[in-house]
Amino acid sequence: MLVDSYRFLPKSFIPLYENPARIEGEDQPILTPFAPRLADATIGLLSSAGLSLSSEQAPFDLDGERANPMWGDPGYRVLPHELAGRPLTMSHLHVNPADIIADHNVALPSDRLDELVAAGRVGRAAPHHTSVMGYQEAGLAAWRNETAPAIVELLRSEGVDGVVLAPV
Amino acid sequence: MLARRIEAAGIPTVVVTMMPLTATQLLAPRVVGVEFPFGHPFGQPGDVDTQRLVLETAVTVLAGAAEPVTRVDIDREWPQPRGEAYRAWQPAEPSPIVALLLNRQGRGSEDRR
Repeated sequence: MLVDSYRFLPKSFIPLYENPARIEGEDQPILTPFAPRLADATIGLLSSAGLSLSSEQAPFDLDGERANPMWGDPGYRVLPHELAGRPLTMSHLHVNPADIIADHNVALPSDRLDELVAAGRVGRAAPHHTSVMGYQEAGLAAWRNETAPAIVELLRSEGVDGVVLAPV
Repeated sequence: MLARRIEAAGIPTVVVTMMPLTATQLLAPRVVGVEFPFGHPFGQPGDVDTQRLVLETAVTVLAGAAEPVTRVDIDREWPQPRGEAYRAWQPAEPSPIVALLLNRQGRGSEDRR
């Protein structure tokens, strides 16, 4: 089965997505080979759900987006792999957050990653995962020059062999 | 695209997305497509089987894709009727950009079925 990319998109928005403009300098295919056996690899997760630890981290800036609909908070949050007993806040004005708050595995499947590790399919989970807010057309410079390099540095420092990114 | 920035830094990536066509048009290195409503890349809350299927497919594609812009779609139907799921994924109020666009288009309710 081939997925219909527009099945759940408002019909009037489909033309906005049919011919997306590639970012300057990102017009060539790219592939970094995955070197290790998956059973030996460290895997990280990255969600664009705008997740933060409710009692320990500041939420993403939604007031800024309300004031300027073309802007999205370009920051990121580092989340521990072990999320039991650490409630999450979801800062995202574009989707209903109820299901992700009910079960973070809907967007950040850390418990499912544990199961793949326990089954021997994956070597280990990264000690930390990351979350961003995702809505970044207007904030692209900060996104590219600050957030992306900072996330790369975190991934390197934790020996992450590959990342599963999930836009919401 | 964040996936491409991470990939270019030497760390392999896979994107799980409700819009795999868009992701491949933007040359994401590896793409796993799901026909799920927005806000649910790995399935419904508590649906351990679907969440595991999506994640296991994602890491398999991550580890095994031989060509750039590899796309694999997941053959699983969303359990709710489309109209119900369409209403459920949307926020209580239109996002600021959607409100702006709807206002510009002069239609306030057409897409909030």
